[in-house]
Amino acid sequence: MTAKAAAPYGRVTQKAPAVAEIHIIWITAGLGCDGDSVSITAATQPSIEDVLLGAIPGLPKVHLHNPVLAYEVGDDFMKYWYRAEEGKLDPFVLVVEGSIPNEKIKKEGYWAGMGTNPKTGQPITTNEWIDRLSPKALAVIACGTCATYGGIHAMEGNPTGCMGLADYLGWDWKSKAGLPIVNVPGCPVQPDNFMETVLYLLYQVAGLAPMIPLDDQLRPTWLFGKTVHEGCDRAGYYEQGDFASSYSSPKCIVKLGCWGPVVNCNVPKRGWMAGIGGCPNVGGICIGCTMPGFPDKFMPFMDEPPGAKLSSTAISAYGKAIRALRSITNDTVNKEPKWRHPRAELTTGYHPRSF
Amino acid sequence: MGTITAERKEEASQPSQLVEMNWDPITRIVGSLGIFTKIDFGKRKVAECHSTSSIFRGYSIFMKGKDPRDSHFITSRICGICGDNHATCATYAQNMAFGVKPPAMAEWIVNLGEAAEYMFDHNIFQDNLVGVDFCEQMVKETNPGVWEKAQKTAAPHAELHGYRNISDIMTALNPFTGAFYREALQMSRMTREMFCLMEGRHVHPSTLYPGGVGTVPTVQLFTDYIVRLMKYVEFMKKVVPLHDDLFDFFYEALPGYEEVGRRRVLLGCWGSFNNPDVCDYTYERMTDWGRGMFVTPGVVVDGELVTTDLVDINLNIRILLGSSYYDDWQNAETFVKKDPLGNPVDQRHPWNQSTYPKPQKRDFAGKYTWVMSPRWYDKRTRDYLALDTGGGPIARFWATALAGIVDIGYLKATGHSVKIYLPKTMSLPEVELEWKIPKWSNAIERDRARTYFQAYAAAAALYFAEQALAELHAGRTKTWNDFKVPEEGIGCGFHEAVRGVLSHHVVIRNHKIANYHPYPPTPWNANPRDSFGTPGPYEDAVQNTPIFEENGPENFKGIDIMRAVRSFDPCLPCGVHMYLGNGKVLETHHSPMFGLQQP
Repeated sequence: MTAKAAAPYGRVTQKAPAVAEIHIIWITAGLGCDGDSVSITAATQPSIEDVLLGAIPGLPKVHLHNPVLAYEVGDDFMKYWYRAEEGKLDPFVLVVEGSIPNEKIKKEGYWAGMGTNPKTGQPITTNEWIDRLSPKALAVIACGTCATYGGIHAMEGNPTGCMGLADYLGWDWKSKAGLPIVNVPGCPVQPDNFMETVLYLLYQVAGLAPMIPLDDQLRPTWLFGKTVHEGCDRAGYYEQGDFASSYSSPKCIVKLGCWGPVVNCNVPKRGWMAGIGGCPNVGGICIGCTMPGFPDKFMPFMDEPPGAKLSSTAISAYGKAIRALRSITNDTVNKEPKWRHPRAELTTGYHPRSF
Repeated sequence: MGTITAERKEEASQPSQLVEMNWDPITRIVGSLGIFTKIDFGKRKVAECHSTSSIFRGYSIFMKGKDPRDSHFITSRICGICGDNHATCATYAQNMAFGVKPPAMAEWIVNLGEAAEYMFDHNIFQDNLVGVDFCEQMVKETNPGVWEKAQKTAAPHAELHGYRNISDIMTALNPFTGAFYREALQMSRMTREMFCLMEGRHVHPSTLYPGGVGTVPTVQLFTDYIVRLMKYVEFMKKVVPLHDDLFDFFYEALPGYEEVGRRRVLLGCWGSFNNPDVCDYTYERMTDWGRGMFVTPGVVVDGELVTTDLVDINLNIRILLGSSYYDDWQNAETFVKKDPLGNPVDQRHPWNQSTYPKPQKRDFAGKYTWVMSPRWYDKRTRDYLALDTGGGPIARFWATALAGIVDIGYLKATGHSVKIYLPKTMSLPEVELEWKIPKWSNAIERDRARTYFQAYAAAAALYFAEQALAELHAGRTKTWNDFKVPEEGIGCGFHEAVRGVLSHHVVIRNHKIANYHPYPPTPWNANPRDSFGTPGPYEDAVQNTPIFEENGPENFKGIDIMRAVRSFDPCLPCGVHMYLGNGKVLETHHSPMFGLQQP
């Protein structure tokens, strides 16, 4: 029997991807903390090694160029950047992490840079890298809230004038393949949310999925279509008008600063990793870290959101009544039916004929 | 113990041949760092080194006027790998400024979270980032001779970790394809799950507050933690001997390797893991409760423990400029003239710092980085010491060992070593490890201490879990105490970020933040030449590092420099630049010179 003949019948299920190989160029040199790169090392659905080692069928072979994980250093590492700029690293996906400073507001110097310009000996600014690489990229992903919308470093009073990637490139920006910027916010990004978005785009590149569905804020709809509150296991306390007045309490913490009812995020539902952790579900107020208005519109974080006062007051009367009624029912269902007993009689309602 | 770094004899036989070699960015660290060197290929050593960071964000500027209760949420975002250390340190400073002592249960929960952070972070850094510098692929490319030897060298502890020869350990460290690399990556996830149990989310926690935590202490919480912890304890019983074998092999294979990354013993540790039995967060009693920490604060100079007093440590911090892109604040406002004990506070202390960024061209003869130069004023000698953290563990161990205070069953500081007890696990018997004060503060010993500290953190967590369960069983489950933000106040927090000393200093006026200056470990390690001309620790440690790499200038990887720099566990959310120019020859000299003094 030849080797060819030995090919199993089931191999017909395996399709070669439309693109055989793809590179991911990952810029961490925005104004950030590298927390998103660290975060993705926590992902398991899929994990980074699942994607790089080909554990998921149908995907192109992926070459990752991320400074936190790279084998190469210095120019050996930067050569991929230069090749991408020259159009010799095609196709590639550009990932941007960190907010984009405004380099136009000062006379000289730099807020953020990566690599050294061989002609001037000065750092190459992050903005220049975005200008060089974004026109050549198949797709551009903004990873984490700094890159998507500006985040912490774009807070009121900041000296750098920084902003999100879409603010910098334009909200209508499209890649050469016609894709808008894909925003995956979160501070940091929830590990699996990001890797799942990468996976979707790889499927799309491979010809196995339609255009990625994004909302107005360029977020994947299946990840950011629900609020924190809708996925929070403390929301039941809210419905019953049962609010915590101390951070020690396991009840709903909306009166202590939680913004969950109005924040688009799946973390309480999904957990932080492996279903563990989160925010209000484990006692941490939601500070809105996935949102375009973060952080300023949520500060001071530890005060009750102004909009929550009305709704939490309104629900208190209804919730209190419901809680009382449920308490009665709860007592009832906490008692076993009366026919379960050791007495020498059967009271279940069955009337035996044969014993 | 060792005194000053031994003078190195000049070898007249080899002519000097200086080549400019730069690496920008340095990868496999967190943040943006560039290392610019002049390497003497004639003498095979680094003649000069500048380190530069390429990112500025401005926390101290945009935090002004904000609500002081928000500081831990904001400052967590300083760092993407040890953000929780910042959040924790910020709550320590808040607790002092607000006058609140959290319930004991909250303190044990924070300690369990922070212990998990050390277990995670040292693990992923050591075996997925630093480890690559010791992997088969790297060693083959830089020192084929060492790879040859590794294949013939049996690993002394093979029966404990399962790798027969040293070369097998190196192969297992290959990125992504190596078995141990992947095992470590997976273990770094499990420890992050432990972290999330206590602090909600990694790396920016959700459940920390001034006054305590929002984490709900239940039987399930601690079960979930302890089950994972015991798997890590078992892992440590293999990892410590594995790294001992690997690191000892480098000393053996490359005689003189102890000089790589070596500098004078100038170590700082600000202490970690508060003890709720003694810690009330008052400044007035900080000396006592600082000594009650489960990692002892201390400054070690030339092997001598200069102080363990947090008040002393605090008052002698000085922030110098010199080569950084800032205007000076010498004539700016003095926010805190005296500390709560009546001691004068220097104008160059973080409480009194004002930050005036001044972006400008990079000039290695002038200003070349966004990092300032923190120093510790040694009043005995009137020196502004460029303390380093050695990446954290070596300084923590050295201070804790010499202080001889910690004694909690699982851990014991002996005065010259630290003993770590790991109980029986699923498939391995009990083990006692002992970290002993090494002969050098160098790259290999910084890396070795990192492995041992993973075990230290695990052993400490066993103790904390017992304490937390005792609280739970006694019904003391309260995790938060209320407080009022004062109209005016000051606070400071001291902690150990994973890679070393961390302090937060806050001044409150009109219920708002009037001044806030965090000092994480990397400014201590990655700083430039200060106003006295003293180089920062990376610069100092890389300068005079001998070159063992077998490659010449044309395909030089700088592996010995990389090992020296990464031994400090750089974490500049800014960047490291490693730029290997074109090997431009600068100068050729035939006499030994280049007076690069040690500080």
